[in-house]
Amino acid sequence: MTALARKKIAKLERLAELAAVHSKEQGESLWREALKRVRRNPSAIVGASILGVFILIAVLGPFLVPYDPGQIGVGIPFGLEVKEGQAIYPGPNSEFWLGLDHQGRDMFSRMIVGARQTLLVGVVATAIGLTLGCLIGGIAGAAYGLGGKRGRTIDNVLMRFIDMLLAMPSLLLAISLVALLRPSLMTVMIAVGFISVPIFARLLRGAMIAQSNAEYVVAATSLGVHKRKIALSHILPNSIAPVLVQATLTLATAIIEAAGLSFLGLGNPDSSQAEWGTMLADGLFNSRFDYAPHLALFPAIGIIITALGFTLLGEAMREALDPKLRK
Amino acid sequence: MTGKLVEIDDLKVHFPITKGIIFDKVIGHVKAVDGVSLSIGQGQTYGLVGESGCGKSTLGRALLQLTKPTAGSVKLGGVDLTTLPPEKLRAQRKRMQMIFQDPMSSLDPRQNIESILSEGLLAHGIGGNRDGRRALISRTLDAVGLPQWALSRYPHEFSGGQRQRIGIARALVLSPELIVADEPVSALDVSIQAQVINLLDELQNELGLTYLVIAHDLAVVRHISDTVGVMYLGALVEEASSNDLYRRPLHPYTKALMSAVPVPDPLVEERRERILLKGDLPSPANPPSGCRFRTRCPWAKERCAQERPELREVDGHKVACHYAEELSGLLAAV
Repeated sequence: MTALARKKIAKLERLAELAAVHSKEQGESLWREALKRVRRNPSAIVGASILGVFILIAVLGPFLVPYDPGQIGVGIPFGLEVKEGQAIYPGPNSEFWLGLDHQGRDMFSRMIVGARQTLLVGVVATAIGLTLGCLIGGIAGAAYGLGGKRGRTIDNVLMRFIDMLLAMPSLLLAISLVALLRPSLMTVMIAVGFISVPIFARLLRGAMIAQSNAEYVVAATSLGVHKRKIALSHILPNSIAPVLVQATLTLATAIIEAAGLSFLGLGNPDSSQAEWGTMLADGLFNSRFDYAPHLALFPAIGIIITALGFTLLGEAMREALDPKLRK
Repeated sequence: MTGKLVEIDDLKVHFPITKGIIFDKVIGHVKAVDGVSLSIGQGQTYGLVGESGCGKSTLGRALLQLTKPTAGSVKLGGVDLTTLPPEKLRAQRKRMQMIFQDPMSSLDPRQNIESILSEGLLAHGIGGNRDGRRALISRTLDAVGLPQWALSRYPHEFSGGQRQRIGIARALVLSPELIVADEPVSALDVSIQAQVINLLDELQNELGLTYLVIAHDLAVVRHISDTVGVMYLGALVEEASSNDLYRRPLHPYTKALMSAVPVPDPLVEERRERILLKGDLPSPANPPSGCRFRTRCPWAKERCAQERPELREVDGHKVACHYAEELSGLLAAV
């Protein structure tokens, strides 16, 4: 009897709690609801944790390193020397956790410092691609959706330009850009950003055209709202979700592509700056991969894990923002 | 009645059908609205009925200039809307508002209710500052029976009926003269339909609004309208005062529509004869010659294929049928 009563009380309490949750004062916007869904998604939690650690390392990098990442022959005082001629590369040990690279520098310190370069390239490149892409795609989408016949012409011109970019293989485009502008950190970021422009432009344009047929756009027109305001305050906010998801996913590919450029020798020529792509190339070409595979393995793992983190978070965001998947 | 607020004259809305890969070639037109003339008196309600695809929604949108008419004129209180330059038309929009069928898709999901309701006020510079707008909005919320706490909420947090009230409030807050309601209740529960229809009725009495109500539900239209127009394939086939039309339909199509409404009395329902229409609505891109209804009309004769019947006055109705007089006796028996 008492057990039953207790059960009932517990149930009532749960119901009261639910009611309290639902009678909150403020309304909830779609963004806040999406954020809630993201927080419940396990892959988002994993992705966000990976990225949290990665960003922490990137920011605090110089304070975390046990040795100067640029110091050649840092292992000599400990009797650990790299002898390239004899293919001797001290592997992971208690002093140098990830071993020494082909010039006898501490791999662990270089990995930590390299995180910052990787993050910088990824974020700046994605920002460049996002800004340019959204500008072109937004203008094209708004012109097509609301601009009538002249709008369609504007859209046509912009999109043929985007098609041209899209027609070229992205890495090839990046390589030609870097080769054209001479390699430097900035060129790498511009090149990697530039190749993601068509994706963002197409995505935003498509979403905006779809939204411009929505009934609430007709409603806003019938209210007498200015076309520019309709485009900016109705169509754009409702079209931006897939673009943000794509931006998260592009961060992952940007990191891989920047590493690819460095790998091909088109990265930052300043070799004192450790960078995972360059380290990967060094591990493969400048040392003996058959004797010291770990020199290539660690940077590769670093790139893969970060890219995975961004991808997981991006996928979780896609799920949270997709209106079809909403309960 | 103090004169006509809306005068539509020979309105046509044709959508081009294009073909071609590089250059678009127009190979035909969908004649969604093909020569409709009607007028609505100040403070009156005009009900527009017809099956789906007959062009009634397009007519409503063309009236509000949300779809550009191909030909004809639309006058709102004497101002011809079809020839106005865009900025002048925009200024006129506060005089005419629309209520949409689907209250969910017609509300921007990322706007809260206050922002939805103040948008029109901002666009026309009504209400002055934020407090002025707030006062107008809260008065409108009271008028449509929504609580004040709704302001900070978002559309998806409301039920269907409440959303439709938001849609009505959005139209009302600009104090328009004309409201075009496109299937205002067909997306709602039956119990809520009555509430919304009664709300529209009350608002009309209080504010002297003029309505164009588009619906396929004959009972709804009968309840709310003063005059009812029946559309078939882009044209009016009959127009009469609401009571007249329901009591004594003259056009065979109207008769068929009426006989499709179930009667809530099993005995009558059993006995009465129904006119079942054969076939589908013909394509508005390639309408039949002569009378548009002849392909499905049980009384179609040769003349119907040759001559398109004009809308003419018969017994106080306006009917587009060559044989309205003869059929009226026949139909009364049915």
